[in-house]
Amino acid sequence: MADQTFPIPGTLDAGRSRGAALLEWLHSWVVTVDHKKLGILYMVYALVFLLVAGSEAVAIRIQLAIPNNHFLSPELYNEFFTMHGTTMVFLVGMTFIFGFGNYFVPLMIGARDMAFPRLNAFSFWMTAFGGLFLYFSFIGGFGLYGMGSAPDVTWWAYAPLTAKAFSPGHNTDYWALALIVSGFGTLGAAINILATVFSMRCRGMTLLRMPLFVWLMVVTSGDTLIVITPLTAAQVMLIIDRYLGGHFFDTQAGGSATVWMHFFWIFGHPEVYVLILPAFGIASEVIQVFSRKAIFGYPAMVAASVGIAFVSLSVWAHHMFTIGMTSVSNAFFALSTMMVGIPTGIKIFNWVATMWGGRIRFATPMLFCTAFVFQFLMAGLTGIMLAVAPWDWQLHNSYFVIAHFHYTLTGSFVFCIFAAIYYWYPKITGRMLSEKLGKWHFWLFFIGFHVTFDTMHFLGILGMPRSIYTYQADRGWNTLNMIVSAGGIIQAIAVLILVWNMMDSFLHGAAAGNDPWDAWTLEWSVPSPPPAYNFATDPVVRSRRPLWDLKHPNDPDWKYER
Amino acid sequence: MSTIPIFADENWRLPSRGRVAMFCLIIGESAIFTIFVVAYVYYIGRSTYGPTPQILDVPVFNTICLLSSSISIMLAERAIDRGRIRNFGAWWGLTMLLGIVFLTGTAIEWKRLIFSDGLTIRTNLFGTTFYSLVGLHATHVIVGLLMLSLVMIFTLLGRVEQRHAERIQVLSLYWHFVDAVWVVVFTVVYLVGR
Repeated sequence: MADQTFPIPGTLDAGRSRGAALLEWLHSWVVTVDHKKLGILYMVYALVFLLVAGSEAVAIRIQLAIPNNHFLSPELYNEFFTMHGTTMVFLVGMTFIFGFGNYFVPLMIGARDMAFPRLNAFSFWMTAFGGLFLYFSFIGGFGLYGMGSAPDVTWWAYAPLTAKAFSPGHNTDYWALALIVSGFGTLGAAINILATVFSMRCRGMTLLRMPLFVWLMVVTSGDTLIVITPLTAAQVMLIIDRYLGGHFFDTQAGGSATVWMHFFWIFGHPEVYVLILPAFGIASEVIQVFSRKAIFGYPAMVAASVGIAFVSLSVWAHHMFTIGMTSVSNAFFALSTMMVGIPTGIKIFNWVATMWGGRIRFATPMLFCTAFVFQFLMAGLTGIMLAVAPWDWQLHNSYFVIAHFHYTLTGSFVFCIFAAIYYWYPKITGRMLSEKLGKWHFWLFFIGFHVTFDTMHFLGILGMPRSIYTYQADRGWNTLNMIVSAGGIIQAIAVLILVWNMMDSFLHGAAAGNDPWDAWTLEWSVPSPPPAYNFATDPVVRSRRPLWDLKHPNDPDWKYER
Repeated sequence: MSTIPIFADENWRLPSRGRVAMFCLIIGESAIFTIFVVAYVYYIGRSTYGPTPQILDVPVFNTICLLSSSISIMLAERAIDRGRIRNFGAWWGLTMLLGIVFLTGTAIEWKRLIFSDGLTIRTNLFGTTFYSLVGLHATHVIVGLLMLSLVMIFTLLGRVEQRHAERIQVLSLYWHFVDAVWVVVFTVVYLVGR
């Protein structure tokens, strides 16, 4: 190999075939440690799984559209709703937030990369492997002979259903092992975000000058540290039970199924705050830019976010009111759950106060965020209803609960993610998304969302339980289920419009320039897409809106800001 | 308004990213241990058959070894901070030795439990929770020892210098954490639960 020559950057590559160029391009994505490229990888990965899990949701809704339907087999139906939940939470939600976090946290705090670029790449590929492993279950094992061995034990995987006796084969193992692997990826990503924010800020970027999105990523990463790890621990116990003959959740030997519930929801409930907090951050950025006003009550927003993270750690057993806890526990968890409403209420008032008197521009990101504020309010109100233990005894495991958490996760989280896509796509690609298609996307998704999930509340009150394969025609649920399913189709069309918009605008969109929205945070001060080194010279910051200071040297924020 | 202070930008200093990251890792690991400790405490006395915690002997010598390794690694940190590489190597080696003695002690204890008392992870609930909690800690000791030996190899090759003091201190944080967790595990398993 002594005579081997190595390519020198900048040499003539006229002789190179297109195949080789493509291979090199792909290779550059695999070996990259650049936070921007990894951020894009996270987001593309999340988007792909959004489509996959969305298709599963559509299949579920087709199955439930009419009574006594056999569109899916019962086994496949169980696999689909398990995989829909697991995918949406772990492969879509978590990866979207860490995708946006990866891309924008260093840019917003004036850093040139994350604190640990290689850990960053490692985290992404662990997460990616976890997701692919989870989906390999459809064809792995004896998959090709039947329906596959995809997890079919619901995404909360209650014991003793997961015991070897009741879940033979590898369905449960795929669920546990895939999430342990992706959990380590998530832990690495969270550690990286925290180290970046605490140790890599540019000069003058004090903690209380950081953009709210960065603050919320800090809070959410801190929560991730103590929330994802209990799930990993519980899943290790599950694997010990299944493979080493342990007895953690084995009620025959003195183990307890309730302990699994506690361990799962100690993870499971804060997890939804882990997802929704960065969505708050996105909304705070978008609403202030499109209302042309600095955010109302910045310190209160920060305090409320930290408050939500703390309170969220003490509410988990409101998922378990029906298992027969003591009345003291019921009262405690009912009250602590209602306490979440206080910091959340502060945030909603602050968003409304930011819009109040502003010159609002209803571009697509702002449309999504405006809808988010009101839908999140609704979600919070049904949340308080479910926090009342006697009310929960009636509606537990019904479609009312499904409607409630889809209001938070779709109506709030996904709406903010869509807002973020429209808001930051110009920065990432250098091209604007089509506003016309964006409006179509928004209105169709908005209408579809309300048709589906508003109706679901009534189904729940009429007593339709969750996770059922089908139902009898005389239960009085037929019309409502048909409406819910129709709304699901409308949402699917809206998401396809988004995908088309993203692909079409990537090739034909209008050039974005550095700062298409006339925004105020540091990521808009660099070209779109940003160069590999982010900032040619390290920025210096004197207020919360560094770009405003630059654009208005006669009236800078730092003169007034406390 | 002219009195607005220009930020004190001359001494713009931020914490070391290694320390921040290691503290974060420790917080996450603590949550994992918390879950296992809670499981252990909750299941004390709930085994329906088989050996009970009364068969355990309190591993006093083991505990003394592991806890004193925290002191020796602290002396190693101090030595490298002052540039005394030979001292550093000696204290570092002693730390590793104490860790290895601890693991050996655990191995002897487990051998007795398995072969004379007939307690394995599948025997009963006590076996499941005992081996998983103590084993989780032992796993952390092994990971720590692997990292310590990596540094030891570099020290013997003469590659470790005073400028690496901070990295060494970050790694030591992990070792201190492993020791601190043992205090909890020891208290729960051998003092409270027995």
